[in-house]
Amino acid sequence: MTKTVASLRQSGLRTDTRTLLALAVGLVVTLWMAGEIEMNLFMAFVLWVLVAVRTVFHENRAVLVGTLVALAVWAVVLPFFQDSGGGFLEDATQALALTVMALGLNIIVGFAGLLDLGYVAFYALGALTAGWFMSGFFVGAGGGEGFSLLVGEPASTLPGIHFNFLLVILIAVVITTIAGMLIGLPTLRLRGDYIAIVTLAFGEIVGRLVINGDEIVIAGEKITNGRQGITPIDKVDLPFLEPFTGLELRPWYWVALALVAVVLFVNYRLRDSRLGRAWIALREDEVAAASMGVPLVKTKLLAYGTGAAFGGVAGVFLGSYLNTVNADQFQFSFSIFVLAMVILGGLGSIEGVILGAVVLSFINFNLIPDVFNDYPSKVGLDFDLTELSFGIFGFLLVIMMVLRPEGLIPERRRQLELTEGVGAGDTALGGGESIQEVRA
Amino acid sequence: MEASTEAARLPVRTNTWDRVRGYIGEYGLIALLLVMPVVYGIQDLSDDGSLARLGNNVVDGLSNGAIWALVALGYTLVYGIIELINFAHGEVFMIGSLVTAGFIGTLGLTTATGTPGLVLGLLVTLLLAMIASGALNVMIERVGYRPLRSAPKLAPLITAVGFSFILQNVGILWIGGSPEGIPDLINAQKELFSIGGVSISQGDVLAVAATIPLVLLLTTFISQSRLGRAMRATAQDPEAARLMGINVDTTISLTFLLGGIMAGAAGLIYALYQTTIWYFQGFQAGLIAFTAAVMGGIGNLKGAVLGGFIIGIIQQISDNRIGGEWTPAIVFSYLVLIMVFRPSGLLGEETREAG
Repeated sequence: MTKTVASLRQSGLRTDTRTLLALAVGLVVTLWMAGEIEMNLFMAFVLWVLVAVRTVFHENRAVLVGTLVALAVWAVVLPFFQDSGGGFLEDATQALALTVMALGLNIIVGFAGLLDLGYVAFYALGALTAGWFMSGFFVGAGGGEGFSLLVGEPASTLPGIHFNFLLVILIAVVITTIAGMLIGLPTLRLRGDYIAIVTLAFGEIVGRLVINGDEIVIAGEKITNGRQGITPIDKVDLPFLEPFTGLELRPWYWVALALVAVVLFVNYRLRDSRLGRAWIALREDEVAAASMGVPLVKTKLLAYGTGAAFGGVAGVFLGSYLNTVNADQFQFSFSIFVLAMVILGGLGSIEGVILGAVVLSFINFNLIPDVFNDYPSKVGLDFDLTELSFGIFGFLLVIMMVLRPEGLIPERRRQLELTEGVGAGDTALGGGESIQEVRA
Repeated sequence: MEASTEAARLPVRTNTWDRVRGYIGEYGLIALLLVMPVVYGIQDLSDDGSLARLGNNVVDGLSNGAIWALVALGYTLVYGIIELINFAHGEVFMIGSLVTAGFIGTLGLTTATGTPGLVLGLLVTLLLAMIASGALNVMIERVGYRPLRSAPKLAPLITAVGFSFILQNVGILWIGGSPEGIPDLINAQKELFSIGGVSISQGDVLAVAATIPLVLLLTTFISQSRLGRAMRATAQDPEAARLMGINVDTTISLTFLLGGIMAGAAGLIYALYQTTIWYFQGFQAGLIAFTAAVMGGIGNLKGAVLGGFIIGIIQQISDNRIGGEWTPAIVFSYLVLIMVFRPSGLLGEETREAG
């Protein structure tokens, strides 16, 4: 038996009992979960097959590339197997938007090692940009007639400012990048805990500005609608496509998927660039990095700026998708929600962060409110699980940090740092991720 | 220690930004703290011809500040010894309030209870709240921070945030999601006496009268007792302390216990003073108290108390003049400004974090 296993190991297959057992349990859980969240069972099964193949042939590069391509195709065709107005697509779209945010936070926390507890500020700014430039919020714009740019009917005829979605994304990227750098500036001299607190304070200040924005009047216009929120926001309007509606969710899903794809591309390119290596050096040892000629100020500010820009992009999309920009969305707990995604998946691990974001989004938007909510009452406890969702995330943070600080899909370098408490050795250079455990 | 601090302070500043930062650091914080009282003082004088309104703000601010001071002590103690922001500390304070409210109900204390019974009951409740919060804080350290002591600093901070959320949810399970009123046992708003239009209420007296002995006890314990000396030694150099035969783990636990005890007492005072409790009170209080600790100079006990009182006054003036909805933003702005321009605080030394 041992000999067989050894020869299989040599052939690059992972077929030990533990892996096979995990895959079998994974199949059952996947199908059961899929049933609960109204996911197409065939698609769920295909997903499991992809993960299983990748796990078993974990050293084969061709299989690796093949499964990744198949996974991309799977994600694109998924909506055809789902009801276009259904709850699954609704949650999936939101999960993708949150993935964009988690990938942004991952740059700040995972790559550069700067703990940011105020990420919600960038979501707020992105969503506000959508509120300003994609709605009737500025009633007086264009002399009361409205001002529009590259949008079709009916938005172009309404009062307020109506810009094209892509244009608003560009504006949001500029605004949030600047904001990210401004928030980053005061933290340059600080380390560790102090950075966390300053970013948290900024997050809260931005949240307060949104809530009380109806009291701030600049040039005769208030800056937000306060607790009432800005609504409705224009639907996404892309060239050559029919205008989006709230009932047909497939186009929304694809737009979110496209955003994730773009952000992923940027993420991988950044990680393997000079800047990405500078971030990792900074994370491992700031003093050493500085003495090797890494420009600390520029490197840190770029981390904040890039991470913030992704938050802004997701904010614009969510503003349009949720059709409202409401102050209650921008609370501290949201920052922790996104942070929990990064921690769960694995700090610095791009694949892990995607997994963490999708899993936690579904837990938050689907499993807790719809599936498990009545479980406490079934065992005779008198409370709603929805009230406790953030306690569950808090619990997750503690458990992950104590038991598996490197996350579900660890980044190899980070894992060395976390488990051995030192910077990674010389041999760990280069990109190879080790998929140690895949849970889908 | 003194000499090295002086050396670190000596201006080896090369560029303009550093020089500006230095100036603002030396005098800016004090000027900044004086802005609000001075502006509103002048406004009061020109409007009413007296400083009574400002005086009332200051008195209310001091009694609120007493609560923040007690909470800030916990932050500063823990930070001084293991350089960690105990993010869950605000929630430990909140649990103290909840224990108080619960035990008052158990004892059946009401506004009709006679004075001797009330005093005795409240003393027992105080003891219980202190024990509960202290034990909780020790437990958090044992479960969440001790296993991560050699991990990167990110890790314990994240568990701290996690604990903060867990405890908030404990609060929700306990008393529900909305604020809950408790009987006004001490008749907090009743005016005891007034000086020149500034009224001093029973709540103000209780808050300050309960805080001062506790702070004195704590400082005496830390400066005089054997265990206190062990704490100071560990704060200065854990390795050397270990070599000298000090049990570092126990000492750290003791620090968390003391911090928790102070938070529990603050919880009781808060509950009696505000007569409402809710699960979210700890989050705000935690951040305010942390600001206080940083303002005073983190790791410095006197600084924490001073910072607590100052923040209390700022908060009260802002509540009264600008509007309660802006208070958090103002307190946080102070936090950011202090962190940027004078991370060592009013009385503190340069720390490694702030370097």
